[in-house]
Amino acid sequence: MTTPATPSFVAVERATAASRGALAAGIALALFAASLPFWGESSWMREFVEIACYFIFAMMWNLLAGYGGMVSIGQQAFFGFGGYAMLVLGNFAGLNPFVAIPLGALAAGLVAIPVSFIAFRLSGGYFAIGTWVIAEVFRLSFANVSAVGGGSGTTLTALRGIDKATRESVTYWMALGCVVAAVALVYLFLRSKRGLALLAIRDNEVAAESQGVPVARMKLAVYGVAAFGAGLAGALYFVGNLRISPDAAFSVNWSAFAIFMVVIGGIGRIEGPLVGALVFWALNKFLSDYGTWYLLGLGLLAIVTTLFFKQGLWGFAQQRWGWSLFPTQRRLVAGKP
Amino acid sequence: MTALLTTHGLQAFYGDAQALFGIDFALAASELVAIIGANGAGKSTFLKSLTGLVRVPREAIRFRGEPIGGLPPGEIVRRGLALVPEGRRLFPSLSVEENLLMGATAGRPGPWNLQRLYALFPILAEKRRQPGTSLSGGQQQMVALGRALMSNPDVLLCDELSLGLAPVVIREIYAAMPGITAEGMTVVIVEQDVTMARQVSRRVYCFQEGRVSLEGLSADLTREQIAQAYFGIEAAHA
Amino acid sequence: MLETLLQGVLLGGLYTLFALGQSLMFGVMRLTNTAQGDFIILGAFAVIAGVSLAGAAAPWLVALAVLPVAFGFGYALQRWVLNGTLGKDPLPSLVVTFGLSIVIQNLLLELFSADPRAIETGGLGTRGLAIGESLSLGVLPLIVLAVALVATGALQWLFAHTALGRSFRAVSDDREIAELMGLDAKKVYAFATAIAFVLIALAGALQGMRTTVSPSDGPLLLLFAFEAVIIGGMGSFWGTLAGAMILGIAQQVGFRLDPGWGIWFGHIVFLAVLVFRPQGLFPKTRG
Repeated sequence: MTTPATPSFVAVERATAASRGALAAGIALALFAASLPFWGESSWMREFVEIACYFIFAMMWNLLAGYGGMVSIGQQAFFGFGGYAMLVLGNFAGLNPFVAIPLGALAAGLVAIPVSFIAFRLSGGYFAIGTWVIAEVFRLSFANVSAVGGGSGTTLTALRGIDKATRESVTYWMALGCVVAAVALVYLFLRSKRGLALLAIRDNEVAAESQGVPVARMKLAVYGVAAFGAGLAGALYFVGNLRISPDAAFSVNWSAFAIFMVVIGGIGRIEGPLVGALVFWALNKFLSDYGTWYLLGLGLLAIVTTLFFKQGLWGFAQQRWGWSLFPTQRRLVAGKP
Repeated sequence: MTALLTTHGLQAFYGDAQALFGIDFALAASELVAIIGANGAGKSTFLKSLTGLVRVPREAIRFRGEPIGGLPPGEIVRRGLALVPEGRRLFPSLSVEENLLMGATAGRPGPWNLQRLYALFPILAEKRRQPGTSLSGGQQQMVALGRALMSNPDVLLCDELSLGLAPVVIREIYAAMPGITAEGMTVVIVEQDVTMARQVSRRVYCFQEGRVSLEGLSADLTREQIAQAYFGIEAAHA
Repeated sequence: MLETLLQGVLLGGLYTLFALGQSLMFGVMRLTNTAQGDFIILGAFAVIAGVSLAGAAAPWLVALAVLPVAFGFGYALQRWVLNGTLGKDPLPSLVVTFGLSIVIQNLLLELFSADPRAIETGGLGTRGLAIGESLSLGVLPLIVLAVALVATGALQWLFAHTALGRSFRAVSDDREIAELMGLDAKKVYAFATAIAFVLIALAGALQGMRTTVSPSDGPLLLLFAFEAVIIGGMGSFWGTLAGAMILGIAQQVGFRLDPGWGIWFGHIVFLAVLVFRPQGLFPKTRG
């Protein structure tokens, strides 16, 4: 009985020609986009900031659910917390709001630690709803703090002195920076050993633990990073919006949109939220005038995609045609050295 | 012999991993056949294939001449094949009696009912209202056996009855076998306990790494033959 | 203080009805129905629509007529939509029920507009039963409590003493072996959801009679249902009832302290139970 000949050389390959091309294109695109304030309309910049927030939030939700294996419908707790933290630092501590954005994100990441003590008591579907309850507690709590405007919210006063054009440009650049940073962070994280560990945990926690993966610590780490990201999106959003209120900051719609974006784009894949955000933005642009019917259509789309395209539309394309822009898979290549 | 149950070149896979590499098997009515082999030899996979828990091609298994491979487990039990699963797998939320009643879901007519089972295993009558999993290992095995009998099968498949049980308990369980086979029930037992397997069965199959390595009458096979087939030691060729 | 307690218990009766369907679906098939609250509101609007069609004559008859419709709807939903989402991954069932939630809310908005509606019960909603000298309890809440007790008892009896209940427990313990016995898990799941939807429709009808309903009320009801189940502990319907009572009482206590703190206080009690006794107060442990 013959056994197949073992290859004399086996290497681990990660990038594809397409992905290297995409990286170059991405850098060029980012540089091009950075020049927008000099020739573009201010409405474009405002739209970009909003899309950036959706995208970052969705990407972090994807990290938590697709890689961390924790499906949450309460990430808006950190989104709003980041926003309020930024506002407090800006209005009361006199900090430059653009400095307050990363600090707000940090605050959200830190508050995730005590929250996780409670949230991690649950798992699966009940974990998801539990995080929603926690977000509701955040919302109701902030609605009762009169110093930040209680239920009707308040405005960001710290940007009053700056003229509109400068403010919009700088907000835009910050958004662009946040997007690039978030994508880079997630991509590098997942390509690292920690990323592999996360995949192992997602596939089989017990087996991963037996291989020495510190499951509890990793889950907390992912939860914290996702909270940081959500807080970043929130702080950025409310710098762009200039006005914050508990209902806007802690609305479950944020989670809903993130879920739709990621489900349509494909969960557990980096480019999923990107595809989903673009699809979502396009749908929003052309159909949101239809109000309830548009939302109804979104709901149906999410249902149909989940039932029939389990890997999302992008995942479907990946399997069908092997497309991949952000490869984190490792392929074994056998051959002669 | 006119075979009641046959398999031809049966192959079975768990995903991409192949567990069975072409099993030829024949079972006559009212026989008691034993399947022995080391862990991972494919014995349980074989029984699972017979009862629809592992999908195989339709033609690979024939029962009374009808191809039954890959049919849903419920359909197979309705036709008269019942499995006592490896590890018992009683329902924790059900009492002993409820576990037994679950076996009758298929609704096949026949001599087996609660009274007859309680006559065979009196201890179960005593503990009928207790949760199934609160009993000792041997008693749980009796429940699992009884649950399969409640479907009034024509062929009873027993997967590792002796697993995790003390020798005296194993003997007690097998002491009930005559009461089960009295009316001509056909039985296949998968056993780790080779001595017990040879004692109760008429024919033996030995599995080794997914293949049949030995087959014959229990009385005729020598210990040496069985040991070689069990461990896959090649006999020296002249 | 006694009045607060009693009001809490009455509220708990309503929350029990919200929560029983959820407890049932999760117990049998580990499915988290995030559209639970929205289906309750849908039930309420179904009765409202029925009443406007049949004339305001007998809202109770309309409610009764909605129940078998709910049964069939639940069966079909599970059989052809939700069965496809079951499995180890909680995401598909979460996304699909979330999607259903959005669809229902917007459908109701289109059909009925955002105005709050109610089911007219001819003054039953305001009638009170005098207990002793200074206490008066609403007749409708008492009816709700009675229905809740009957429903809980009936569900418990169904599970413990019927063949259907046995198959629910078996399929939830070990789906593979249950199918080996000859059960069709897909049909068993569908029956469970069908029963859950009867409870949902009942809850919706009573909610619509007790207070006004509007299309976006659903999510809050889901949270109440969920909290009741967790506080009570999973695996037992009487536990769910107890959890609902505790939630109702907690909310009433909060309302007493400050009208803005009612629901918030309920959330806090829920979180406290989660921190100090995560398995709930009356869990039925599974083997």
